[in-house]
Amino acid sequence: MSLLKMEDVRAYYRTEVYGISRSVRAVDGVSMELHKNEIYGVAGESSCGKTTLIKVISGTVKPPLRIESGSIHYNFGAFQMDMRKIDAEEMRQNVRWKEISYVMQGSMSVLNPVRKIIRSFEDIVGTHQGIPDKKAFQEQMRGHVMKLGLPPDVLNLYPHQLSGGMRQRVAIALATVFNPSLIIADEPTTALDVVVQRGVLHMLKDIQAESANTVLLVTHDLAVHANVADRVGIMYAGRIVEEGPTQVIFQAPRHPYTEHLINSLPMIGDKTVKKSLGGAPPNLADPPSGCRFHPRCPLAMDRCRTETPEMIMLSERHRVACHLVEEGRA
Amino acid sequence: MRKFVLNYLIPRILQYFLVIFLGVTITFIIPRLSPVDPVEAQINRVMMSGSQVSPDAVISLREALTEMYGLEGSPLQQYFAFWGRLLRGDLGPSLATFPTPVTTLLARAMPWTFGLLMTSILISWIVGNILGALASYYEKNIPIQIVDVLSQAVRPIPYYIMALLLLVFFAYYWPIFPFSGAYPPGTQPNWSLSFALTVIRHSTLPLLSLVLIGVGGWFIGMKSLTSNIISEDYVVYAENAGLRKNRILSQYIMRNAMLPQITGLALQIGLIFSGALIMEVVFGYPGMGTLTFQAVMANDYSLIMGITLLSIIGVATMVLILDFIYPLFDPRVRHQ
Amino acid sequence: MLTVTRDLLKYDGRFRVAFVFLVIIVIMALLTVVSPYDPKKTFMVPQDLPPSLEHPFGTNSRGQDLFWWMAFAVRNSLMLGIICAIVSRIIAIFVGMVAGYRGGVIDRILMSINDSFVVLPVLPILILLSFLLRGKMSLWMLGVLLGLFGWPWDGRLIRSQVLSLKERAFTRTAVYSGTTPLLITMREHLPFVLPVVFATTINNLLWSIGMEVTLSVLGLSDVTLPTIGTAIYWANQHQALVAGVWWWLGAPILIAVLLFLGLYLLFSSVNEFIDPRTRLRRIGA
Repeated sequence: MSLLKMEDVRAYYRTEVYGISRSVRAVDGVSMELHKNEIYGVAGESSCGKTTLIKVISGTVKPPLRIESGSIHYNFGAFQMDMRKIDAEEMRQNVRWKEISYVMQGSMSVLNPVRKIIRSFEDIVGTHQGIPDKKAFQEQMRGHVMKLGLPPDVLNLYPHQLSGGMRQRVAIALATVFNPSLIIADEPTTALDVVVQRGVLHMLKDIQAESANTVLLVTHDLAVHANVADRVGIMYAGRIVEEGPTQVIFQAPRHPYTEHLINSLPMIGDKTVKKSLGGAPPNLADPPSGCRFHPRCPLAMDRCRTETPEMIMLSERHRVACHLVEEGRA
Repeated sequence: MRKFVLNYLIPRILQYFLVIFLGVTITFIIPRLSPVDPVEAQINRVMMSGSQVSPDAVISLREALTEMYGLEGSPLQQYFAFWGRLLRGDLGPSLATFPTPVTTLLARAMPWTFGLLMTSILISWIVGNILGALASYYEKNIPIQIVDVLSQAVRPIPYYIMALLLLVFFAYYWPIFPFSGAYPPGTQPNWSLSFALTVIRHSTLPLLSLVLIGVGGWFIGMKSLTSNIISEDYVVYAENAGLRKNRILSQYIMRNAMLPQITGLALQIGLIFSGALIMEVVFGYPGMGTLTFQAVMANDYSLIMGITLLSIIGVATMVLILDFIYPLFDPRVRHQ
Repeated sequence: MLTVTRDLLKYDGRFRVAFVFLVIIVIMALLTVVSPYDPKKTFMVPQDLPPSLEHPFGTNSRGQDLFWWMAFAVRNSLMLGIICAIVSRIIAIFVGMVAGYRGGVIDRILMSINDSFVVLPVLPILILLSFLLRGKMSLWMLGVLLGLFGWPWDGRLIRSQVLSLKERAFTRTAVYSGTTPLLITMREHLPFVLPVVFATTINNLLWSIGMEVTLSVLGLSDVTLPTIGTAIYWANQHQALVAGVWWWLGAPILIAVLLFLGLYLLFSSVNEFIDPRTRLRRIGA
């Protein structure tokens, strides 16, 4: 059963300043589905459009970003939603945080620096549910926070009194207050040390296992995906180039870019020299023609320069967009 | 708590004393740079400006002046004597209204200036900040855009010119408000309601001129601060979480934007104070500004000195008070 | 520089207005070279004539043509502002850079002094000074004096710029590659510091000319010298409003508004242009 169905979504940033206009095509034709009860990972280099994709999925599209075309449909069981048609107030009242919660990149600073943490909880619960009984509410929050492995006193502190890892976990605790259908986590472990990373990832996994909801995890760190994700989608230059179950992606990648990503992961005992991919991620304001990966692809053919590859279903859950695969050459 | 006192309070208290020290020293040094014998020059000026002074008065005047100028002893001795008198609250007699002590004149004028200043600061800071935050968050609102343009047009205009404009329009062409003073000449200040009303009527124009420029300034500052804060992570997070716009504005945006504005207020108190002085002169408001003007006209040197000293101490104290208020609003400074 | 000006002219309404205002002002100042009247002389033309073709701003009760008098006033006020700007820039750059680069105790001392000057209410002190030097205060002196008090805002600003530049990667690269500190300052850092200095200079001009107006109105500067402030002083002395000679006050107010608005709008638009964040915010989606 799919929770989210996106078809051929395009979202661009349009800027016009001092006479120069630019159009950055951050999400350029993405179609994907999110199922219930899974952890889906989105991987890719910086500036491949991951964060923009998240903004589109979470409904936080603000100028200069605009959804140019495509459809985004949600099925929350109790009700359905068309992201492009729903009006902002309805979205705010029924969807935000109750069905979709979004923990942004850099969760160090998502908490209001001048107020105690409990107030952020109050604000969120108060706005969506109301707080008839203050004491009961406080008990509830303490319980919720403790269940996630945080000391309950955390609620009475100010954000700057906590470490980065703690703040990240508080952000996740905040995101799960209403047990939403979809939790989106953008780079939840970046800027944390490895030990704390582990703690945060475990927290996410436990939450997902217990509530059987969907977690969309975005990070460039493939090791995180290997640990946590059920399915992984690889993004490059505003498009999804390969998507499949984690095992398959890591053990039998088909797209040259994915292959390169996987091969560059260090493994214990492996002493081969790693080669880096030449070139740099493309400029999304002026992307390469045809297959966007062709300038850096070691196996590029002539066709790759002119024709955009379509998605091919290699199996029920594995798909790739690559001419080489289509012609059976890779 | 200890850390707070050590890292925050004490440096600021020390800075306070440094400011006063510097200010008083400058005020001490300046007259001594003049090559003219101040005592004789003063006496000559007083005689020439036509005040009636008897020969006995001249003698005691000369004595008072010499002592007041502390011209006995070496410069260092004079300096210490200067501080001594200051700390005792003795600012000497006014020259033009001899022998009224300067402190009496100051005490009479200061409450007016203080009242005008406090009221105008409170109104313009609060109103300006609220409007500025609204302007940034509710950008499309037309009335707010008008305020924006007006603020930008008004801000660079010096206080004096603004006061003149207001005077010309509202006291000259459409005489709604009185020309000058805080109360009609001849009335005795008292605590009655009718007096209070008269004062309010007279104070409106000076207050208005200060507030118009003030609101504009705070508006512009707050608007730019708010625009930056809107893209901060915690605001975006609050929006993602579906909080109402009003709540975000008050609790997340304004609470944070206020902090630099408090600091800004502390930095600008000197300027605002100067502006208030000028305003008083234009409107003949019986505060320290008009007192300064009269002192200059009457060559009342000791009064001018007194005003300078009081201004320095007053402004420095206001800044210190603001320094004490700031931690109440920023928990990061309270809990290190 | 030229392309920047052209871009700003094309796209920023404020800049256009500021440009027009300031061009008018500068032309007026330059016209003084061909002035038919000596500003120091009085009673050269009939008194109290309202504005006309022959006397665009009218004449005042002292028998002076206001238009040409204001032209000199503009020139003097501008000169005063420039002198103050130069003096205060020098001090501010010096203090800001030394404090920023050296850090430590020197930084703390300099900043404490800096902050003290920020807090000190300058007007009373200036009144005291002018009172003592009354009549002997030339334009140059006033400019230098104002400069001596007008540096602290910018001193701190320059210091923070230096501090952030110090930490940037390209600075460390330059240091590691053996470039001498002075060269680093000149070649690498100055291009960042100068735009900020330029923006604050405009602010400084606003402040110093404003101060001059205030002091002159109180009669504390050389009142025979035409400046915007002394124009108002004389108008007050002769009870211009009461006598119905409104153009005597009107002319300096008009010029003042042109000058101040022009400078301020220039400051706003240049400031926004320099700061990359605000530059990008002027976007249409």
